[in-house]
Amino acid sequence: MLSEGGSFMKGMAVGGIFCLGLSLFGSFSPATEHGPGEHHHHHVKAPSKDELTRLSDGHVLELVNQVRVSCIIMVQPKILVYWATVLDTWSKHCDKAVFYTSESSKALEAVDLNEKDDWARLRKALKHAYENAGDLRWFFVAKATTFAIIENLKHLVLTKDPEEPFYLGNAMKSGELEYVAYESGLVLSYEALKRLVNVFEDEEKCPERGHALWTMSEDKQLAVCLKYTGVFAENGEDSHGKGLFNSKSVDSLITDSMRDNPTNVVEGCCSDLAVTFNGMSPNQMQVMMFGVYRLRPYGHDFHDLLVFQPPEGSDND
Amino acid sequence: MKGSSSRLAFSLGFLVGACSIYFFLRQVWFERSYPVLTEAQERATAVSESPTSWRKEGAALINLLHPHHADEDSRLADVLYQKVRVLCWVMTGPYNLQSRARHVRATWSRHCNVVVFMSSVEDPDFPTVGLGTKEGRDQLYWKTIRAFHYVYEHHASEADWFLKADDDTFVVVDNLRWILSNHTPEEPIYFGKRFKPYTKQGYMSGGAGYVLSKEALKRFVEGFRTKVCTHTTPVEDLALGQCLEKMGVQAGDSRDTLHRETFHPFVPEHHLTGKFSKSFWYWSYCYYPIVEGPQCCSDLAVSFHYVEAELMYTLEYYTYHLRAFGYRPRYRPSVRQGLTPGPLSQTVVTAGLKVVQEVTDGRGHTTSASSLGGNKTKSETEPEKLGKDDLNSGVTENRTGVTQGRHR
Repeated sequence: MLSEGGSFMKGMAVGGIFCLGLSLFGSFSPATEHGPGEHHHHHVKAPSKDELTRLSDGHVLELVNQVRVSCIIMVQPKILVYWATVLDTWSKHCDKAVFYTSESSKALEAVDLNEKDDWARLRKALKHAYENAGDLRWFFVAKATTFAIIENLKHLVLTKDPEEPFYLGNAMKSGELEYVAYESGLVLSYEALKRLVNVFEDEEKCPERGHALWTMSEDKQLAVCLKYTGVFAENGEDSHGKGLFNSKSVDSLITDSMRDNPTNVVEGCCSDLAVTFNGMSPNQMQVMMFGVYRLRPYGHDFHDLLVFQPPEGSDND
Repeated sequence: MKGSSSRLAFSLGFLVGACSIYFFLRQVWFERSYPVLTEAQERATAVSESPTSWRKEGAALINLLHPHHADEDSRLADVLYQKVRVLCWVMTGPYNLQSRARHVRATWSRHCNVVVFMSSVEDPDFPTVGLGTKEGRDQLYWKTIRAFHYVYEHHASEADWFLKADDDTFVVVDNLRWILSNHTPEEPIYFGKRFKPYTKQGYMSGGAGYVLSKEALKRFVEGFRTKVCTHTTPVEDLALGQCLEKMGVQAGDSRDTLHRETFHPFVPEHHLTGKFSKSFWYWSYCYYPIVEGPQCCSDLAVSFHYVEAELMYTLEYYTYHLRAFGYRPRYRPSVRQGLTPGPLSQTVVTAGLKVVQEVTDGRGHTTSASSLGGNKTKSETEPEKLGKDDLNSGVTENRTGVTQGRHR
């Protein structure tokens, strides 16, 4: 009896170590060893007003042309109301907006990827967007349950070169992996998307059916693949260091702020130039359109360096 | 015998060990995600309390520092602040101070020239005025009568216009000033969300807030002195409307230059997305035709009602903070006479260049942005029905070089 107990214990110990070893090996690889000069915190900040005013006129003109955004919006018939709402609201402010669905719907148009697996679908959508990029150099990926303010996205990346790899959003950490949360939208520069599409071909580094042992959510998979190409997740922040990509809704953030900064609720909450919010109902998204693009106090002007015109054929913005 | 049972025990142990470590790791290590701290969080600076900018004068809060935003040019709003002085009095009660009035005090009322909180009971700390009434819906008109008499007696010289709001009304005072800037305080007139029944000229909804000119306030007080007006019914908004009608005060049209409502008796979500059922009383009450959907509400909305604490802050964020960088709104009413703030200093618009980018229907037919260049062109707004008011001319600007290729 004792010897069996002993064997059992030994077995447990070996099994545990085996599993640990396997998972460690699976999760880390030599390719991700960082050089000594690497810093741990990845932030990308929006340009301050001062920085912008110091730019030359010619430079500003170049930037305006460069900062055009292709929106990749992931939808499904089961969230039809969100799909319709996104179509009617923020997607109108993208230079190009393409909807990618898991299966087609009679009600609304989209590129039907005919793919149920979330990761495989995201891969296909990204490939399609890359192949059809035209002269657009920035890519914004979001689900239809996210709300985005594209002008503020443009402001964030205004002075960044899309020929450099950028992978921005609400940066999260899971173990050693830094990734951009899907819920609050992902921004990829042309170079980052190019590298990504190339590494998709590598079944070892970036398998279509995900990594072995367990399935990671697609945003983490994406981060792993990008890491192999030398592209790392960075947190998008305003010039004061406040996060611009929110995984929660406005109401939720305000409630948190009422609890955490009761004497300064609004200032302590969210950035004035926030890019995304998540978890809002379709009706709340319509209210946000009104709040962002229309509702304002008379007599307060911001003389922004760039001017973005309202889209044609729309009246809720 | 012993050997194989040992091996069995070993294998079992192996399985158990492997599985438990797997689940442990999954829970504790790999699946646990936490956000990368923003730089702001890393600095761990506590958000500092904004400096007190009010002077307490008895039960009134006099605004010393009209709230300003770091990056904005609010000269026009400042001019209006001086020229169109608004006293806001907020209808509240002792049981609502912490749950409602406190949030009004922290948000929109900071934009009034003077604010007074009216309660049945005096509270020197909040501060509130004690009107000497009881609480309850049947006391509403008594409270209103006494509140207006109080502000007339104590604050008549400090303001030109007198706004009444509930503690669940959200008001954009800057937009109220814009509506009022087209009138003078000597006119016997009042504004609000206009309802039509029971009166000849209509009356203003109490919940959506209403504002009286100084002359209108004078006549209201005079009406009670001469007994032309008395406490007829607790339905405060109707009773007040009937009194003012008797005293020759005009019920004004508070709609914007595109005839869109500015005072709203419900929350934004309700007006923007709700469908009012045809049997709902609202349809027969509204003086002007109801518009559902985005045109329900002016960009320069003045008020919303049934706004709970959280929504107060959200609306303050939407109105004064959250914006789309560089976005030129469709609705740009021209500046009224006599309100130009003076020449723009060069330091404010240093680049002198405004480069314009357009987005067309988002289906790939995009335009590339404009060229640098010489003359200022008239930017077009949506050729909506009416008003040459909205066709550009906007706020004074010495911006040069705005040209745009408006493609089809």
